Amino acid sequence: MTTTAHRPAVRTRDDGSPVPGRPRPARNTRAHLLLGTVSVLWLVPLLWAVYTSLRSYEDTSRHGYFSLPHSFGLENFTDAWTQSGMPHFFLNSVLITVPAVLGTLLFSAAVAFFVTRFDFRWNLALLILFTAGNLLPPQVLITPLYRLYLLIPLPQWMSDSLLLYNSAWGIIAINVAYQCGFCTFVLSNYMKTIPKEISEAAAVDGAPVWRQFFQIILPLCRPAFAALATLESIWIYNDFFWPLTLVETGDKRPITSALANLQGQYFTNPNLIAAGALMTAIPTLLVYFALQRQFISGLTLGSGKG
Amino acid sequence: MSAASSPSRLGRGDRLFLAAVIGLPLLALLVFVWLPALASIVLSFTTWDGIGLSGIHVTGIDNYRQIFTNYPPFWPAVWHNVLWLLFTALLPTPFGVFLAYQLDRKIRFTRVYQTAIFLPMVLSLAVVGFIWEIIYNPDTGLLNSLLSAAGSAHHIDWLGNPHLNLWAVLVASGWRHTGYIMILYLAGLRSFDPALKEAAALDGAGGRQTFFRIVLPALKPVNIIIVVVTVMESLRAFDIVYVLGGGTGSKPGMELLSLLITDNIIGESGHIGYGSALAVVLLLVSLAAIGTFLVQTFRKEDS
Repeated sequence: MTTTAHRPAVRTRDDGSPVPGRPRPARNTRAHLLLGTVSVLWLVPLLWAVYTSLRSYEDTSRHGYFSLPHSFGLENFTDAWTQSGMPHFFLNSVLITVPAVLGTLLFSAAVAFFVTRFDFRWNLALLILFTAGNLLPPQVLITPLYRLYLLIPLPQWMSDSLLLYNSAWGIIAINVAYQCGFCTFVLSNYMKTIPKEISEAAAVDGAPVWRQFFQIILPLCRPAFAALATLESIWIYNDFFWPLTLVETGDKRPITSALANLQGQYFTNPNLIAAGALMTAIPTLLVYFALQRQFISGLTLGSGKG
Repeated sequence: MSAASSPSRLGRGDRLFLAAVIGLPLLALLVFVWLPALASIVLSFTTWDGIGLSGIHVTGIDNYRQIFTNYPPFWPAVWHNVLWLLFTALLPTPFGVFLAYQLDRKIRFTRVYQTAIFLPMVLSLAVVGFIWEIIYNPDTGLLNSLLSAAGSAHHIDWLGNPHLNLWAVLVASGWRHTGYIMILYLAGLRSFDPALKEAAALDGAGGRQTFFRIVLPALKPVNIIIVVVTVMESLRAFDIVYVLGGGTGSKPGMELLSLLITDNIIGESGHIGYGSALAVVLLLVSLAAIGTFLVQTFRKEDS
């Protein structure tokens, strides 16, 4: 109200005064009504899970799930956490996700550097080979991959099963190989925007290629790395299929695929299932809320712009 | 494009470094992705007990003939994959585009709306499955509770009834897919020149006309991406069906090609050939989407 006083009088008359019949305010109300309703509807399933998880099993079995609460508490969360060995599965997730994300970023940065900073004949073909690899449905690979994992031996200190099958290394390997395509695609688009003169100047100064890579190009790609690291952490943590098929039921699975076993074994009622599922989602939600901008820009970098 | 560094100028150390830089990732890609993909094609023409490579016997198109004629879940799975694609392409995808168009106006709270609708996309499909399981549970779930509160005496087994369960899963999957499409399209819309839209508005075009006549044709690259994402997600669908199907593989009413393949991974006897033949069918269908994406993306760089 006070700010309008600073504006030139002409502008106030031009667009400030409400012209009767102007459609804009009405349309905005309609948009708010629509988007608000959709947002609330979209939150209902999540809120229902939160509501269920906070009520004791005793309460819900006596009064039904669709009832007002007689008590709220975190017992389901503590029960799910202590009884089912969730901390162990979370640790597995960390031990798989962190190396897999770092490996994916390093490999894809290397490939992107190779295909964008040098004029080799097969660069475009290589880029397509990597990108297309990530587009194959995982199920197309799984039958031979499963057999391959049973054939590749690993030393005792790497895997109790002495095989790539049933080991964290196997899950890291397939995640790196499979996710590399997407990140290569994004990073190569990003590296193309770095002026060639920068590496040419370094070459004239006699800097070897590895120094151009580590000391010039990689630091310049920091924003792209931030976006991809956020996105890939969530994707690899959320991955369900590879550990389900390549890690035998047992204590080696990361949390997302371990949930499938915990249900029925430990999570015997909806209250516990809700608590377990929500706890599994907490790390991704935290990352998302803290790094929303990076997450979304990673997603749209890869698919929005060709 | 002009030469960045011509390879001939490189010294020995540089060449070694570059060989490692491309060699290691390429090796990983070939061994873990392309070799299995090609092996699926080869194994689809064989029968194998999985023990020793000498146990592989070429049987020609036997596996295909078997799955087409003598494998009851095959055609339901194909049909369900088609239904999945049609449903996703006709409801959640256009709805996501519509929401993006609504969010693109300069109104308040867009970030709040955007966060709420996109939130399911951050959850893993497995967690989404568990969240919907406690909604669909016939005895304790939200849906049946609401129905009985509304006076309906029906006791509906949403996930058990083979005529209903696929639709129940599709609603859960659409819940997640809508936000994905919305975010992708919103990014496209934000890169769209607002002057074009304003010009259309000045010419008296309404919101709907502006969208269909101006915005939609101008965003062709984004449209293609969205079609490809929708097709790929529909073909890959697995986690959510697996969880909502009770975690034991394919279930009547919810068969999908991806689930039939995993049903056959560990199976003894001739099942490896079956699984591979199913994988080839899935691969052939995916190639249309993959090809479209690659052509769209890399065409302009070819020259």
